[in-house]
Amino acid sequence: MLHYIGQRLLQLIPVLLGMTFIVFMIIRAIPGDPAQVILGQQASEEAIKALRTSLGLDNPWYIQYFDYLKGLVTGDMGDSLRTRSPVSEEIWPYLAATFELSLFAIIIAVVIGINAGIISAWFQNSWFDYTAMVLALIGVSMPIFWLGLMNQWIFSIELGILPTTGRENVRDPINNITNFYVLDTIIQGDFNQLATVLKHLVLPGTALATIPMAIIARMTRSSMLEVMRSDYVRTARAKGVKMFWVVYKHALKNAIIPVLTIIGLQMGLLLGGAILTETIFGWPGIGRYIYEAIGFRDYPVIQSGILVVAFIFVMINLFVDLLYGLVDPRIKYD
Amino acid sequence: MGKKKLVSLAFLMLLLLSTALYGCSGGDSESGGEGGESESGGEKVLIFGRGGDSVSLDPITVTDGESFKVTKNIFDTLINFGEQDTEIEPALASEWEAAEDGLTYTFQLQEGVTFHDGTDFNAEAVVANFERWAAGDADQFPYYKSMFGGFGDEEEHVIESVEATGDYEVVIKLKRPQAPFLKNLAMSPFGIASPTAFEEAGESFGDQPVGTGPFKFVEWQRNDTVTIEKFDDYWVDGEPKLDQVVFRAIPDNSARLNALLSGEIDLADGITPSDSETIENDENLQLFERPSMNVGYLGLTTTREPFDDPKVRQAMNHAIDRQAIVDSFFEGRAEVAKNPMPPVISGYNDSIEGYEYDPEKAKELLAEAGLEDGFTMELWAMPVPRPYMPDGQKVAEAIQSDLAEVGITAEIVSYEWATYLEKAAAGEADAFLLGWTGDNGDADNFLYVLLDQDNIGSNNYTYYENQDLHDILIEAQTEVDEDARNELYMQAQEIIHEDAPWVPLAHSTPLLAGGTNVIDFKAHPTGSDKLASVDME
Repeated sequence: MLHYIGQRLLQLIPVLLGMTFIVFMIIRAIPGDPAQVILGQQASEEAIKALRTSLGLDNPWYIQYFDYLKGLVTGDMGDSLRTRSPVSEEIWPYLAATFELSLFAIIIAVVIGINAGIISAWFQNSWFDYTAMVLALIGVSMPIFWLGLMNQWIFSIELGILPTTGRENVRDPINNITNFYVLDTIIQGDFNQLATVLKHLVLPGTALATIPMAIIARMTRSSMLEVMRSDYVRTARAKGVKMFWVVYKHALKNAIIPVLTIIGLQMGLLLGGAILTETIFGWPGIGRYIYEAIGFRDYPVIQSGILVVAFIFVMINLFVDLLYGLVDPRIKYD
Repeated sequence: MGKKKLVSLAFLMLLLLSTALYGCSGGDSESGGEGGESESGGEKVLIFGRGGDSVSLDPITVTDGESFKVTKNIFDTLINFGEQDTEIEPALASEWEAAEDGLTYTFQLQEGVTFHDGTDFNAEAVVANFERWAAGDADQFPYYKSMFGGFGDEEEHVIESVEATGDYEVVIKLKRPQAPFLKNLAMSPFGIASPTAFEEAGESFGDQPVGTGPFKFVEWQRNDTVTIEKFDDYWVDGEPKLDQVVFRAIPDNSARLNALLSGEIDLADGITPSDSETIENDENLQLFERPSMNVGYLGLTTTREPFDDPKVRQAMNHAIDRQAIVDSFFEGRAEVAKNPMPPVISGYNDSIEGYEYDPEKAKELLAEAGLEDGFTMELWAMPVPRPYMPDGQKVAEAIQSDLAEVGITAEIVSYEWATYLEKAAAGEADAFLLGWTGDNGDADNFLYVLLDQDNIGSNNYTYYENQDLHDILIEAQTEVDEDARNELYMQAQEIIHEDAPWVPLAHSTPLLAGGTNVIDFKAHPTGSDKLASVDME
């Protein structure tokens, strides 16, 4: 097991290295001069030149690349060209905000998605099955932008029960300790604030959960259907085990493996792909951080931001691979 | 697999789901949104929703409007702009005197002013600020370079010396007269900062700004909120009226409007003209108009065929129906443009007759230029909304169909914003949509910056060159007599009108909206609003 983890971590190095190189080359291939963008239309030619020099953009690309790698080895992710602060410091609050939102979304997606998938498979071709799968199809193809704005309109403006945007009530801000607001309010035992923070999570969380939920439901259903036809399930039923237990205990255990893979991939996607949700709901997350950095050609932020997201993505998938062993003892890691 | 079982299971799921969601939506049965809640402890807190975050709160280091929106309220400048115009008024300098030759300015400073950190504001402090700026470079302090020409001993640096000649008297000597000098001093970047604070903080002064303004800095959560609170010892009696202001970044225009409608924010920037009706019909909301100080235009790159021929450029001006564009895409909240600068700016030439919409005349001019069969061109559409161009794509489509009328085939292209600007600055566009918002309300800031040959490759995207115009614009920069200077700018606009490097389209009125409980909010044409006199019910 440890050997396996070690091996996987070693494999990580060329993957991440290759990724830094690709990202580095791509963002330099697109036109647009960071110095020009940072200083804006108003800037004079000399100001732009001076800034290029001080940002090290005059050096040939390979020197810039090796400087960047050298920094990474010592834990220095570079300084943002726009704000001039170290990326390693800046990135943390954004990462925490996105992580909290993604976790909330993935919990909704998993709980509803898996159950909907199971029930659809259980009562295959019933009205529930049809409804759930049509909804799932709509969910997969739902434009999040539109869904988010509609939800804001219904739940905030018409019904007045949920806030439209942001992470907290800015008229009554919480004491920030860890940047994970749910955790912060629990640590401080402030349950009114916890309720407020959870309320702020509902709309962006459900918007973000829509697509993974639909994908998980469809995946669970097809995986379950396959397992339900196998001999051991028939045996269990013949022995008189209650249908509920057959489905949730016997069948699910074998059907869940491919679903786990999907969940892992989706969680990773949520971390980096929440840009739309973060934009509509004014969520100060990592997706928007990187997206805005692209607009400003803020190279260090783009590079390091993508690197961090990629790293987490790989780690989640490693974690999922290890979960297989827990769920199915037949899977061994040597 | 009874049907009953299925139905009851489905109900169970529904029940579970709804309880879970209800649980999330909070235990308290009163309104869940933040709208109806009264402010805690009777504090007057204004939440200002805007499209983006600030870059830095050290005003001299930045060029973006979102930064100035905040620093305008933390810092005071020596001289103020008027409440809703760019006339100059006393601020930290209570009075001033300019010598006849326009080379020496003597400022009397306001007494009894302190910075937020307790440091006294006096002549020494002013000198320290100018010394800090002059010791920088274009990369650190870009606006100082743009407005005062350079740094330290450089020849282009306009300021010769800044001296304290008394506790509350400062004398600034210039190397050569600079007509808009006082207006420049009123610009947000030149807010006076506490010398104690910036010496101590060094590079990180932008994270902990200290000025003499009506509000002091509290907290900044990047990409989310900037919080400032009332400075009790503010030198203007009775101001500020608010206890706290929170600037909140909500990038999406519709989401920001939703937040305003649900009462989470009190004031929203960047209202699109098409939403103005919604706001006017809502009895809880009011619409604010920002006096126009901008221009949106179609630039014609004069080095590219066939736009190297003035006749073709004039034909373009006749072919495009600007009034229709203003009516449809600015919802009438703009004025049709005939000059490259808006009428509020001193020196505006109102006697110029704009090119009227006349497709026949356009065809004649094209025929004179030997292009009776028309031609094919690329038409660049801005990918981002700006106050001076709310929807570049749609405006481009309207222009496209107007041009088709006179036989010109325009193909619309667009690039991501940073790419768009770079390619346009490199002269790669045939015709492109763009615009400009003025910095200090001076004609030089429009005509010289946008159309002089000195600025080819930067803000003169059309590559338009005219020696006569250049001579006039340079002369106007040092002409201190107001009337003589305005006369020069009038001439300049005539030359530009004749050469027609642009199709000027519109001077738009940017819109804001707020709750009816917001009192005395006055939107400033420069885009940074001082909130000292704003109150809430």
